Amino acid sequence: MLLPLCYLIGSITFIIGLKMLSHPDSARKGNLVAAFGMTIAILATIFLYHNPDTGEHLHNYGWIFGGLLIGGVVGTMAAKKVQMTAMPEMVSLFNGMGGACAMLISIVEFQGHVVKTSASLTPMNVPDEQSVIQVQRIFGESTGILIVIVLGMIIGSVSFAGSIIAWGKLNGKIKDRSFSAQQVINIGLLSIIAVLTIYLLAAQPANTIVVLFYLILTLSLLYGILFVMPIGGADMPVVISLLNSFTGVAAAFGGFLYNNPVMLTGGILVGSAGTILTILMCKAMNRSLKNVLIGSFGGNKNAG
Amino acid sequence: MDSLTALFTDPASYRLLTIVILSIFLGIEVISRVPSVLHTPLMSGANAIHGVVIIGAIIVMGQASTDDYLALALGFLAVVLGTLNVVGGFVVTDRMLEMFAKKSQKSKVKK
Repeated sequence: MLLPLCYLIGSITFIIGLKMLSHPDSARKGNLVAAFGMTIAILATIFLYHNPDTGEHLHNYGWIFGGLLIGGVVGTMAAKKVQMTAMPEMVSLFNGMGGACAMLISIVEFQGHVVKTSASLTPMNVPDEQSVIQVQRIFGESTGILIVIVLGMIIGSVSFAGSIIAWGKLNGKIKDRSFSAQQVINIGLLSIIAVLTIYLLAAQPANTIVVLFYLILTLSLLYGILFVMPIGGADMPVVISLLNSFTGVAAAFGGFLYNNPVMLTGGILVGSAGTILTILMCKAMNRSLKNVLIGSFGGNKNAG
Repeated sequence: MDSLTALFTDPASYRLLTIVILSIFLGIEVISRVPSVLHTPLMSGANAIHGVVIIGAIIVMGQASTDDYLALALGFLAVVLGTLNVVGGFVVTDRMLEMFAKKSQKSKVKK
């Protein structure tokens, strides 16, 4: 019972933290409140989590603490040393790390489920009709899990690739590039990703599901790059805020995957607050979100 | 498609859906009156909060069998990146707000 209680505390501190962050006087305290809740949620997961099916506790503690130590030291150093003017690009980089984290979780979970389910299958040479039955079985028990894994992977990788490009643009390593048919290509790419995803989820083809998964992953990364590439440097904070809410949604899919309330509330809170924040930022700059996203190429004429 | 119907008839799904919808409204409500000077720190703070994805990474890492090197390597990377997101996010936000506090103190003194 201790673990759900810790998760509840985590969720509450996130809400209070966000609330306090939106008032000048309490903002700094709000950040600390959220950090405190996060620490509780992380420690509780490490020591109290057990698999709902097998009841096993977590192992590989050496790896976990090693990762936490490396990430913690590098993260603190980077955040302490960064110039005041370079902070937005740092935020973008950290946002990208979060997106990559969500992407990696999806990859490992996908691999785990494919290996687990295909181990119980017989080899390839079965008649067509029979293989159709087996196809349904590969993820048949857990279509919900597959949906959550794939969607988390797509959003996570778009956010990761987009944030890295935004980071590169803000520190001047990547120049704005836009070519005439860019919007058409982006929309086309997004449609291809959507079609492939629907096919993967609906048909769950046993033989090609792995290839399809990694194809969607590659296309999503490509989409993240192309999506941010043409957007002008001045609009970058708005884009980072948007990608920030994307990563929030990716984290929420993780919450679905593990039935984990604190990931769910934290992720969705950031997802919705981030979306509103994006719109507010656009308003503060006298731009509409549509103009930022689509009007980047020759759209300045129409702006305002 | 039985599994999909199961998904929609399972009470657990609705519990999660309720949390999702309430969280959406809460997220909108909580920050809807933020002054524009706080936009960047708030974005940064929200960025740190979605680092909660680290919990998923810890679970992946902690459940990987010790001979599954792919899962171990990817899980380890996920833990490192997730921690970067959380720790870096909170520290950067704190520094931004520190600067902010100093500025407002100075302006108060001047007044």
